[in-house]
Amino acid sequence: MSRDVAMVVGRPEIPPIEQGEVITGSDALLRCLLLENVEYVFGYPGGAVLPIYDSLYSSHLKHILTRHEQGAIHAADGFARSTGKPGVVIATSGPGATNLVTGIATAYMDSIPMVIITGNVAQSLIGTDAFQEADITGITLPITKHNFFVRDVLELPRIIKEAFHIATTGRPGPVLIDIPKDVNNATAPFFYPETVNLRGYNPAVKPNKMQVDRLIKAISEAKKPVIMAGGGVISASAEKELIAFAEKTQIPVICTLMGLGSFPGTHPLALGWPGMHGNFVSNQAILNCDLLIGIGNRFDDRITMGRTKEFAPNAKIIHIDVDPAEIGKNVETMIPLVGDVKLVLEAALPKAAQADTSDWLIQLNEWKEKHPFSYKKNGNLKPQAVIEMIYETTAGEAIVTTDVGQHQMWAAQYYKFKHPRSLISSGGLGTMGFGFPSAIGAQFAHPDRTVVSINGDGGFQMNSQELAVVSQHNVPVKIVIINNKCLGMVRQWQEIFYDNRYSHIDLSHSPDFVKLAEAYGVKGLRAQSESEARQVWQEALEHNGPVVVEFVVEPEENVYPMVASGCTLDQMTMGDEE
Amino acid sequence: MQKHTISVLVNDQPGVLARVANLFGRRGFNIDSITVGNSEEKGLSRMVIVTTGDEKTLEQVMKQLHKLIDVIKVQHLSTGSMVAREIVLIKVDAGPTTRMEISGIVEPFRAAIVDVGPQSVIVQATGDSDKIDALTELLRPYGIRELTRTGLTAMARSMAAVKV
Ligand SMILES: Cc1ncc(C[n+]2csc(CCOP(=O)(O)OP(=O)(O)O)c2C)c(N)n1
Repeated sequence: MSRDVAMVVGRPEIPPIEQGEVITGSDALLRCLLLENVEYVFGYPGGAVLPIYDSLYSSHLKHILTRHEQGAIHAADGFARSTGKPGVVIATSGPGATNLVTGIATAYMDSIPMVIITGNVAQSLIGTDAFQEADITGITLPITKHNFFVRDVLELPRIIKEAFHIATTGRPGPVLIDIPKDVNNATAPFFYPETVNLRGYNPAVKPNKMQVDRLIKAISEAKKPVIMAGGGVISASAEKELIAFAEKTQIPVICTLMGLGSFPGTHPLALGWPGMHGNFVSNQAILNCDLLIGIGNRFDDRITMGRTKEFAPNAKIIHIDVDPAEIGKNVETMIPLVGDVKLVLEAALPKAAQADTSDWLIQLNEWKEKHPFSYKKNGNLKPQAVIEMIYETTAGEAIVTTDVGQHQMWAAQYYKFKHPRSLISSGGLGTMGFGFPSAIGAQFAHPDRTVVSINGDGGFQMNSQELAVVSQHNVPVKIVIINNKCLGMVRQWQEIFYDNRYSHIDLSHSPDFVKLAEAYGVKGLRAQSESEARQVWQEALEHNGPVVVEFVVEPEENVYPMVASGCTLDQMTMGDEE
Repeated sequence: MQKHTISVLVNDQPGVLARVANLFGRRGFNIDSITVGNSEEKGLSRMVIVTTGDEKTLEQVMKQLHKLIDVIKVQHLSTGSMVAREIVLIKVDAGPTTRMEISGIVEPFRAAIVDVGPQSVIVQATGDSDKIDALTELLRPYGIRELTRTGLTAMARSMAAVKV
């Protein structure tokens, strides 16, 4: 993979950063990014950001030109999710900026740190419906943690410092900075502030001692406790603390979709994941537990099914989260514990003792063994078998990105995630088109790891143009397409809830994916049977570069188990169990 | 469903009102009235928002407001005792014959006639919302041409314990 993508031999470089030197807004912007240790920027140029792109011409920053702004923002998101560092995107005003909206909302829903830089028309034109003008700060108000419109070049460095601070602290999230063209062109002496002073922003990170003691007491009184770990454990990098806590207390752990990998799926105390397509034991654990410790999760309606009164009916609920607004939002909480998850677990660890859970663990293991994820084999190539094969051949060590649909659920079911940041998936917004570009960002961040992107034939076609990027930079992503020739997840719902009335889900008119890959100069492979699948997949893994692997699978396969919306967790359809 | 009065201290910057209003809109919280103006400190404005909802809604409103970067402080005023005032201007039909009658109604409310035209007068009143409702009802039979209320501005009483 070519690493130095922006550095072109012979181009002049911006001189080293010196405080007080008079430079343009766009030069200042790029220097700030370097001072924030940004390595990669994903973006797309245009009129309003020409000054920034001119500055990039002689910058150390590595800029990746995607083929659509949506590709850029999902790539930056994949970079952020796989590293924990903020992802950075640049787009031009108007259509460039609005093309980012889906990606910003995706990052916002999953609390991903991002700094998004958009250009805007010159301030003299703002508000006149000028060519390529869009009120992007107005448009993104509800989907950013905060956003800025820069009015004065003197304010630019302070705003960038604040943006990175806000994006990465407390509950992380996307922050947008809109810079009009005249600000990029204006000059000012460059000073980068060392500290941030935001009076209205003091994320509560240190837990309250008394609440921690209440947690410890509740554990000592519990007979059937369970931990529900969410994406917040991963954002707080608290996986070691979680393992230590679970092992010391002997409390079993459920991971939500966003929390998969925060606790090793292979650990004896791991139960799996809960909710609509989760496993039997996790849902039974929720139904039967007497203490539910939610850590960095948000009791989403794919888990509570919106039936919050019947959710965990016998349990005291403890909720640990850095965002006070999450606590009590969806379910009633007995013990609220506001704080950084890592600091809470660190405070609780020395006080915690082994809980009396041996009978409970025996019961859970029975449920686990009675109803594992399973499917009926019938000689055809099954999507679940493809995921199992990917898991085995990568020894569970790959970074897996998924798109949205049935394949996403199967990936979560059949790949046992061992490490945090190894499942990258749009959980909150459920954004089709996310899977492939996010893998590009993850692979740039981790050039030496195997990155597998699992997509449906529908979602892959939403951003397939980014094949040009993997080709150009030889990004060795293994791009998997689970081709069921339809919008599978929609087909499943139409089968179950709309009496087999398959309205507009037919994707039999898709491109030949192998030829499409080849058209971009990327290796393309196809498998239609289990034996072909093994052979082709081995070839893909051994290939030193990007590869598209199409697995043609049985179209009628459904995701089971399933709890329909509006039902309670005890109303699980088990489906085709083996 | 209860009415709640919330006082919010915010950075005095463009777009802050939009942020607050947007938050209420997208979370499905109702705004009954909102007033904004300078506060005791330069660079900060105070908004007084009256909203309707149960305790749970109110808790979410307060927590979500707190999350806005430009929000410095959020106080729930209606838990304790507070001073709450609103201004109303009412243009009432009033020929020479009814003018005196209207004067008589306005007086006990310590309201005032602040403008007199050939066929109408403008009445100005200050007070809590109930008082203004009452005055409006009394003037209605004369014919109200135009009415404008500012919405409530409020402050906790000096000795009252305020839940922050
Ligand atoms: C941008 C977007 N549009 C529509 C949807 C609704 N949706 C959810 S799953 C799905 C079907 C996905 O089909 P495919 O990509 O082929 O994956 P499969 O379910 O077959 O694995 C659709 C249309 C969505 N999640 N995102």
